[in-house]
Amino acid sequence: MTTITLVSKLRRNRPAARRIREPLGDRMFMLVVTLMLLVALALVLLPLIYIVASSFSSPAAVNAGRVSFWPVDFSLEAYRSALANSEVLQGYYNSLIYAVAGTAISVTLTVAIAYPLSRKTFYGRNVLMTLLIFTMLFSGGLIPTYMVVHDLGMLNTRWALLIPNAIGVWQVIIARTFFATSIPDDLYEAAMLDGASDMRTLRSVVLPLSKPLLAVLALMYTVYQWNTYFDALVYLKDPDLFPLQIVLRNILLLNTPRTGATDLAQQMHQIQLANVLRYALIVVSSLPVLIIYPFVARHFTKGVLVGAVKG
Amino acid sequence: MAAPTSHPIPLPSTTTERPVRPPRPPTTRVPRRSRRSRAQRAWRAHWQLYLLVGVPLTYFVIFKYIPMTFLVIAFKEYNVVQGPWGSPWVGLQNFQQLFSNPVFGTLLKNTFILAFYLVLASFPVPIILALALNEIRNGWFKRTVQMVTYAPYFISTVVVVSMTILVLSPRVGIVNEGLGQLGIGPINFLGEPGFFRHIYVWTDVWQTTGYAAVIYLAALAGIDPALHESAKIDGASRLQRIRHIDLPGIMPTAVIMLILGVGNMMAIGFEKAYLLQNNLNLAQSEIIPTYVYKTGLINADFSMATAVGLFNSVVNLCLLLTVNFVAKRVTGNGLWR
Repeated sequence: MTTITLVSKLRRNRPAARRIREPLGDRMFMLVVTLMLLVALALVLLPLIYIVASSFSSPAAVNAGRVSFWPVDFSLEAYRSALANSEVLQGYYNSLIYAVAGTAISVTLTVAIAYPLSRKTFYGRNVLMTLLIFTMLFSGGLIPTYMVVHDLGMLNTRWALLIPNAIGVWQVIIARTFFATSIPDDLYEAAMLDGASDMRTLRSVVLPLSKPLLAVLALMYTVYQWNTYFDALVYLKDPDLFPLQIVLRNILLLNTPRTGATDLAQQMHQIQLANVLRYALIVVSSLPVLIIYPFVARHFTKGVLVGAVKG
Repeated sequence: MAAPTSHPIPLPSTTTERPVRPPRPPTTRVPRRSRRSRAQRAWRAHWQLYLLVGVPLTYFVIFKYIPMTFLVIAFKEYNVVQGPWGSPWVGLQNFQQLFSNPVFGTLLKNTFILAFYLVLASFPVPIILALALNEIRNGWFKRTVQMVTYAPYFISTVVVVSMTILVLSPRVGIVNEGLGQLGIGPINFLGEPGFFRHIYVWTDVWQTTGYAAVIYLAALAGIDPALHESAKIDGASRLQRIRHIDLPGIMPTAVIMLILGVGNMMAIGFEKAYLLQNNLNLAQSEIIPTYVYKTGLINADFSMATAVGLFNSVVNLCLLLTVNFVAKRVTGNGLWR
C-alpha cells in the first residue's frame, strides 16, 4: 500500500524529482547573480543603443537632446551625408587596403618565425625566443622607432602602416604554441621519413592542419589594422593615405564641420547635420567588425586561450 | 631469512662478488659533439628553417633592436645633420633638465595615479563577471551575456572616445539628460580635470572586461568538477564553493594577469589619453606618453622626448621585474620559472 502511493507520488512529481531543489540561500544568490549580469548587459548595451538610436533620428531631435533609446523622427539623413562624404569613403578604402595587405604580411611573417621556433630541431630557438620576449619588456620607444622609419624612407607612404608593426610577439607565441601542441609529433616524423624537407612539411602538413590558427591570427591582425590610428597619426601627412580611424578622429573629435551655406537657417541645419553625422559615422565605421564578430567570436576566444596556455 | 636489520654492517663479500665490468674498448667511444658541430649539423639538415626565420628576424632587428641603439640620443644633443651617432654628447643633461622641470612632477603623478587606478579597477571586474557567468546554467543567457560583454573589445579607441564624448556631452548627452531629470545641472564631464581619470578607467573597464573574463572562464572550466560535487554533498552553499574552490582555482591565472597588468602599467595607452585630452582637463590628462609625443614630434625635441621615453621604459621594466619577483615569492607563480 505505502509503496504504491510512494511510486505514484514519485511519478506525479517526476520532473521535480529529477532535480534536487537548491537551498533557499543558493536560490537567492542565483537571483542576485542573474540581476548582476542583467545590469552588466544593460551597461554594455545602453550606450550602443543610444548611439544607434541617435544615428537614425532627425538632426533637430538629436540636437534638442530628445533622443534616448529609440529613434525620434526617424530619418536616414545622417547616413546619407556620411556616405556622401568623400573623406570617409577614401578612409574606408584606405583602411580596407591596410587591413587586407597588413593582415597578409603579418600572418605570413608570424608563421615564418613561429614555425621554426616550434621545431625542436631548430638549433638556437631559445636564444631567438628570448630575443623576441625581450622586445615585449623593453623597447626603444616612439622617437627612435620614428627615426628608423624615417631613415628607411617609409614616412608618408602606405608601408609605414604595414611594416613597422607587422609582427606581434604575442601572436608569435600563440602560433608557436599551436604548432608545438596541436600537431602531433608523429606527423612531423612521418613527413621526415617520407623525405619531406622542412618547407614541404610546413606547406603540406602543418598549414593544412592550422586553419583555425590562421583564422585567429588573421582576425587579430585585421582588427588591429582596422582600429589603430596611432601609427597613421605619427607617420602620415598626406590626407589621401589616411585610414578611416584618422578621418573619424578629424570629424568626430576635432570639430571640423564645414558649412558652405550662407543663410542662417541653412547654416543651422548644416551644424545640426554635422552633429548627427558623428553618430552615423560611429555606426558605419564599427559595423564591419561588429558584423563579422558573432561568427568569429568562437575562434577569437580560442586564440586568446591558446596564448594563455603558455602564460 | 632474517630481517635486514640483523646485518647492520654489510658483509664485505657482497661487494667483491659483483662482476667486474670489462673496460670498454676505446674504438666504440663516441666523442661528445661540441656545440659548434651541433650547430653545423642543425644548419646542414635544417637550413630551410633558418631561411624562413631570416625575414622576420630582420624585422625584429630593424624595428625593435636598432631603435634601442638610437636611445643614445637621450644622452646627446641630437641634430638631424649629424645623425644619432655624430651628435655631440651631453651626458645626463637631458635628464637633469627633465627632473628639474616643474611639469615633470605633475606628469609622473598623473601617469602613476592613472595607471594604478586602471590596474586596480580592471583587475577584479573580469573575475567577478567570470565567476557570475560560471554559476549560470542556462546556456542561452550565458552565451548572450558573454557575447555582448565581449563585443566592445572590437570597437576602436577613436570610436569609444567619440561615444564617451557624445554620451557625456553636457548639451545633448544621455547622461546629462538623466541627471537633469534628477535635478542635477548639466556637468561638463570632459571639461573637469577631476573626471578625466574616472572616465578613462571606466570606459576601459567597459571595453575590456568581457575580453579578460574569457581567460578566467577557461581557468574555471579547468577546475575538477569532483571538487564541486564533494563540496555540494558536504552541504557547501554556492557562495562557499566560489570562495573555497573557484577562487583558489583561478588564483594562478589571476596572479599572472595582475603581473601583466602592473608590468604594462607604465606602457599605458597613448591613444586614448591623447584623444580624451582637451585644454580644460590637461592638468590631469597629460601623461608621459602624450608628453613624449608632443615634445618629440610636435616640438621636434628628439633628445628630450627620447630621454622621457627611456625613463618610462626603465621604470616599466623595473616594475615588471619587481612584481614578478614578489609574486613568485608569495604565490609561487611568476611569468618565468
